Amino acid sequence: MSSDNGQSECPHIIAVLVDNEPGVLARVIGLFSGRGYNIESLTVSEVDVARGLSRITVVTSGTEMVIEQIKAQLGRLVPVHDVHDLTIEGPHLERELALIKIKNSGDSRIEALRLADMFRARAIDSTLESFVFELTGSPRKINAFIDLMVALGEIEVCRGGVVSIARGAKLDMPMSVDVSR
Amino acid sequence: MPARKSQTRKSVAQMTGAAVILKALQDQDVDVVFGYPGGAVLPIYDELFKTNAVRHILVRHEQAAVHAAEGYARSTGKTGVVLVTSGPGATNAVTGLTDALMDSIPVVCLTGQVPTHLIGNDAFQEADTTGITRPCTKHNYLVKHSEDLADVMHEAFYVAANGRPGPVVIDLPKDILFADAPYFSPKNVRPCAYKPQVKGDRGSLERAVELIANAKRPIFYGGGGLINSGPRASELFTEFVRLTGYPATLTLMGLGALPASDRHFLGMLGMHGTYEANLAMHNADVMVNIGARFDDRVTGRLDAFSPKAAKIHVDIDPSSINKNVYVDLPIIGDAETVLEEMLQIWKEKGCRTDGAALAEWWDHIDVWRDRKCLSFTQKEKIIKPQYAIKRLFEMTRDRDVYITTEVGQHQMWAAQYFGFEEPHRWMTSGGLGTMGYGLPSAMGAQAADPGSPVIDIAGEASFLMNMQELSTISQYKLPVKAFIVNNQWMGMVRQWQELIHGGRYSESYTDSLPDFIGLAEAFGGVGLIAECVDDLDRVINEMINTDNFVLADIRVAQEENCFPMIPSGAAHYEMLMGPEDRAGHKTSDQGLVLV
Ligand SMILES: Cc1ncc(C[n+]2csc(CCOP(=O)(O)OP(=O)(O)O)c2C)c(N)n1
Ligand SMILES: [Mg+2]
Repeated sequence: MSSDNGQSECPHIIAVLVDNEPGVLARVIGLFSGRGYNIESLTVSEVDVARGLSRITVVTSGTEMVIEQIKAQLGRLVPVHDVHDLTIEGPHLERELALIKIKNSGDSRIEALRLADMFRARAIDSTLESFVFELTGSPRKINAFIDLMVALGEIEVCRGGVVSIARGAKLDMPMSVDVSR
Repeated sequence: MPARKSQTRKSVAQMTGAAVILKALQDQDVDVVFGYPGGAVLPIYDELFKTNAVRHILVRHEQAAVHAAEGYARSTGKTGVVLVTSGPGATNAVTGLTDALMDSIPVVCLTGQVPTHLIGNDAFQEADTTGITRPCTKHNYLVKHSEDLADVMHEAFYVAANGRPGPVVIDLPKDILFADAPYFSPKNVRPCAYKPQVKGDRGSLERAVELIANAKRPIFYGGGGLINSGPRASELFTEFVRLTGYPATLTLMGLGALPASDRHFLGMLGMHGTYEANLAMHNADVMVNIGARFDDRVTGRLDAFSPKAAKIHVDIDPSSINKNVYVDLPIIGDAETVLEEMLQIWKEKGCRTDGAALAEWWDHIDVWRDRKCLSFTQKEKIIKPQYAIKRLFEMTRDRDVYITTEVGQHQMWAAQYFGFEEPHRWMTSGGLGTMGYGLPSAMGAQAADPGSPVIDIAGEASFLMNMQELSTISQYKLPVKAFIVNNQWMGMVRQWQELIHGGRYSESYTDSLPDFIGLAEAFGGVGLIAECVDDLDRVINEMINTDNFVLADIRVAQEENCFPMIPSGAAHYEMLMGPEDRAGHKTSDQGLVLV
């Protein structure tokens, strides 16, 4: 029967609902490092206080067989409630927050501001020789913005990692109704 | 992190953390704990002393405590329990935990920890136990709030035994052991997210049965999952094999799931498996894998593994599916439940096998069988290791014996020449291949069943790795028998050096061995020695009829190699059958890097 050799690798966004307990992130990261999988981006935050659940979004890449392995390995961790592969499950939204500091002067400064406006990046801090822009969008859009800024000065970048959710009315991982809220 | 919410439930009583632990052990039906004390767990030892409710076996090294718990678990089907102190106690247990993880053995290991306010301060005997054991346990817990203790205790037992079993660590800071804690009974614990799938998908089961019925060259391939699922799974597996009349092979972990004497049994498969099992696997058109994980010792070169077979894979662990080998029909579920349903479907549908095709398939298999790949000749005075194990098997046949092994050639010979008629009688370190496993594991099995013979088929080098347990064995009057297949070499290492490294025997001679008779006597046991063939039966007889523990030093031919052998990186049809095959073989470059 066919093996996986020669299959192409492509990035997948995987959403994981976990118990918000100490060590849970280490468990997920350890699984990736211990088994030699890539992590391209990772975000985590509590999303359901009443049930004490966090949502982890991992962007990883691998052949189809590897991606299936990753999901199965995640699924068998005891604190994991649910695993969704947003990439294969249908249309989904992908967003990332980035803070980009640029240090420059003269015309470059004006150009940076003009481009920021085009990208709908907000200047949230400024000095006479710098700006900090806040930008939200797809990772691709953020990459494009960064590429432009690089040409206009010295820059420092901080990115939040990809968060993602499926389009449409279906709730993959519904939040519980917390009466005490 | 706040304590888990437990306000809404009524606890049975308020007591100390240590008392909660003892109560939970009792409510989990634990009848023996293998442990070793130290500062961080003294409150638990105090509670053990005061309540006298659970039997404790004091081992001589924490690694051995875990192996003993494994031996107990594998021979009884229950969960083994370990209790060790913080720091070195916990780190010593790591090899055992890894072993239990690799072979899917249910173990709950309680580790002491420094008090919560000192965690992270490099306190005396502090180790990051949950950090160290995260990759070598199925799950682990650090209990930071005494309210959580009862829940964690019960959940640990649930997690260890359900789904694919494995070791679970509970790290217990000392202040928690003294603190007031509510006790909840097992029926009253908080819900756990972990819910493994037990029942197979009906549609897939129906397709599997159809595929099985229409096979021309079928093979059943059973693994440790059959054993872990409980004795009923082995019964159903045997029934299915006999009903269809199909050939069956078992992995090292699966031995005993089908009686070795059954005519459908082709022997173990894999690196040191039989010629007929490996060739049947290679030529099959339908493979039915139940509870085996396509381990590299079994598959050999992956791209040449059973290339023509449509593969059905039943496993309780979804991550075992398509990990190494792509399968056509995966079924996630428990072996017993799945087999029950498959048999039911088979009967409901009145399935029949293709008699003509099957007869032809068996004709092929019989030709392979006629190679008699496990034959050897015992001509000279010096004992052949294969003969030693064969005689041990023949002479203990009428008894319900439990066999453990160490790791090396003797282990493979034991798998090849000792036949198991029932599950739960064979305990060997398969996944991790841990030398030193056999003696403590035998100790655990013997503690569970004091009346039956428990024999550690050992290599002399492996035996030395946990021989301190002779003291434990002596203290608790466990009549364990160590059958030491003494070739004075790390035989398996020597074999690879001979076959792959040009006969350069680097550091594989076991020099300065003890006088095993003297060693046995020093601990209050009986030592025996067999130096030539004429001694063998007498020594075996004396060994099995001695009530005390026995070390039997069986001096065997030193340079015997274990065959058949599929060299690393080779395919199933590229088996070496014996020394005469060696000349023509050269290990491929890809094979050289494999272990
Ligand atoms: C803890 C550990 N260290 C090293 C090894 C590598 N190893 C595998 S078999 C073997 C030799 C075992 O010698 P012995 O116990 O005498 O058994 P024999 O092969 O001679 O039957 C060694 C060193 C191992 N499996 N486990
Ligand atoms: Mg040896």
